[in-house]
Amino acid sequence: MRLALSAEDAQLQQELREFFTTKVPQEIRDAVRHGEELTKEQIVETQRVLNAGGYAVPNWPVEWGGRGWTPLQRHIWLDEMQTAGVPSPLPFNASMVGPVIATFGSQEQKERFLPATANLDIWWCQGFSEPDAGSDLASLRTTAVRDGDEWVVNGQKTWTTLGQYADWIFCLVRTNPDAPKKQQGISFVLFEMSTPGVTVRPIKLIDGGYEVNEVFFDNVRVPADQLVGEENRGWDYAKFLLGNERDGIGATGSTKLRLQVLKEHASASLADGSRPIDDPAVATRFASLENQLLSLELTALRVAAASKDGKPDPVSSILKLTGSQLQQAVSELAVDVAGADVLAAGAGDDSDVPAWAGDSVPTYLNLRKVSIYGGSNEVQRQIIAGTILGL
Amino acid sequence: MDFTYDTEQLALRDAVRGILGESVGNREKITATEPGWDREVWGKLAEMGLLGLPFDEAYDGAGATAVEVGIVAQEIGRVLAPEPFIDVVVGAGQLIADAGSEEQKRELLPKIAAGELIAVVAHTEPRAPHGTAAYGVTATSNGDGWTLDGVKEPVRHGGAADVLIVSAKDVDATRLFVVDATATGVSRTTYSTPDDSYAARIVLSGAAATPLGDAGEEALASAFVRLQTAYGAEAIGAMEVSVETTVGYLKTRKQFGVTLSKFQALTFRAADMYTSLELARSISTWATMSLAESGPDALVGSRLQAELGRTGRHISQESIQLHGGIGVTAEYSIGHYAARLTVLDRTLGNEAYHLARITDGVADRGIVELLH
Repeated sequence: MRLALSAEDAQLQQELREFFTTKVPQEIRDAVRHGEELTKEQIVETQRVLNAGGYAVPNWPVEWGGRGWTPLQRHIWLDEMQTAGVPSPLPFNASMVGPVIATFGSQEQKERFLPATANLDIWWCQGFSEPDAGSDLASLRTTAVRDGDEWVVNGQKTWTTLGQYADWIFCLVRTNPDAPKKQQGISFVLFEMSTPGVTVRPIKLIDGGYEVNEVFFDNVRVPADQLVGEENRGWDYAKFLLGNERDGIGATGSTKLRLQVLKEHASASLADGSRPIDDPAVATRFASLENQLLSLELTALRVAAASKDGKPDPVSSILKLTGSQLQQAVSELAVDVAGADVLAAGAGDDSDVPAWAGDSVPTYLNLRKVSIYGGSNEVQRQIIAGTILGL
Repeated sequence: MDFTYDTEQLALRDAVRGILGESVGNREKITATEPGWDREVWGKLAEMGLLGLPFDEAYDGAGATAVEVGIVAQEIGRVLAPEPFIDVVVGAGQLIADAGSEEQKRELLPKIAAGELIAVVAHTEPRAPHGTAAYGVTATSNGDGWTLDGVKEPVRHGGAADVLIVSAKDVDATRLFVVDATATGVSRTTYSTPDDSYAARIVLSGAAATPLGDAGEEALASAFVRLQTAYGAEAIGAMEVSVETTVGYLKTRKQFGVTLSKFQALTFRAADMYTSLELARSISTWATMSLAESGPDALVGSRLQAELGRTGRHISQESIQLHGGIGVTAEYSIGHYAARLTVLDRTLGNEAYHLARITDGVADRGIVELLH
């Protein structure tokens, strides 16, 4: 047992820290620090900077830009990136479709898509969830029927995050409706969002923003060579992808940053000279959250140090469960620290209310999502009870 | 960074598990009467070298670190072994090793290691706040030596002790003294504790005492951190078995014609218990490694206690609830684990106390840097 990083890992940490804090524009990192919504251009710019430095897709095979890092090194990368306020590489590209293509795609698909995916020349979105298939993903109904050299796709997807920016979509479609089990007969296809028959309808969220969409497919014709791997094996690829999706979902680095910034806000004087953090009840919440975050980060490190061959450790469900709870708790504390200033959500730059206070309720409401997406917390409890405890 | 035991540490764990496992069935009988633990088991622990585990080899110790001590403590927690390993070896023993004079170390440590001498720290006083100060026992210097007057209570294993390390007020400062527990001026009354053990009320009336080196509150503060870390590991063992036992019960106990594991409301609560366990294990492992590598740090001790208080309470309460009625009987094990966890959380400052300690200065302190 040893706490310190190895010399090699410590050096990597230094390199990463220097890269993230000097190469990624300050303006973008400040926006992340203050919890502002990023523009598409800022996300693209960051990923291209990361990719140029070899830090956009470290989890990919080395041949396609991966770094062959240990899980602990990947954790260090993520932690340094998040605490420096650097937006993570677009997850749809970097941790979802990229690894699927790299692992199961044809050589032609790899050459065609991987470099562009790593560099965010293609912005991908995910076509998995459907209106009647949320956590029960396998019950999806979107169909693809073979017609000559093409698949004809019909159906509807929902919760398609940032689909309004996307160039391409990776989609689960039912290619054999007669398969004996609902997990069978599903395929994994790729197509351009500009293909005729694709319609995107943004869904307004409770924070007033648009980050998810409904996507409709009406006789969308997809070239046959855009089906990944084998026909009807899509569920296997989806499971592989979802295993990666949970990677880093505890978001300890981001939550640390959020808590640190919130502490700065809570340490600023109010009109009467007092500070929110001088209220013992508030200070105790900071201390308690920091301490729980410490336990969570240590657990993330244990998982990272223990996971073998990139296989997700079932204990990672704990990271999702606890990580989402802490993210939400920090946003809740922000609302309380903001006090009556929360009303100023719609105030512009001329307002005397600081932006973070006005943003606090929308952020709090928006973050309700983290215990729902990526496998709801109830699904995580099911995994812990079933896979780990054997209940 | 490495959170795993090496092969020697695993062998130590297995050996300790073997010895303590033999006596599990006798626990109820053994705890029914004073001293509440088994001198035969104590002898075996001495033979294995465990009673001198953290002492220097010069004092017949094994020179082991907090990690090895934690391994033993965790096994103790798993079976609720009543033997006072932590109180004697970590509490009094390491305090003597840390702060005693050379002569005291030579005299006391080999005897503790051999299992011939039971020494415990007598610091707690009725209704005294947690901390390093003594209030109710005063020390008087009379030219030839020192005498102590006052009451220490409740002192865990105080009735079975041969030597007491007593904290006492000398004018403004709190100092530590070595007291022969059987000497004139020391009277002891023993009673049972909620966790199937024994504690004593110790009345000191002009009891002869020798200063422990020149130890004061600082030495006591270090001892607290070592104790918190070891008790923390014990708590992890107890939490582990509480979760295992509860999960086993859900798989076998039938209600309404099916096992309890068919009820999602119950399995979700078990999943939350497991989550608490793993978070607790993480912070306990970290505190142990921190102690082994950097020595005692009160803030680390407080971080540990705050998190263990939260998670231990959650696990002990849920383990009884999920067992239903059987959980509140003395005939079944689970309630005994809850009792021990409840006492452990209050032994060296409770969750609220330590949360307040880590709240002190929270505005000026950053988040702990783990990776360096």
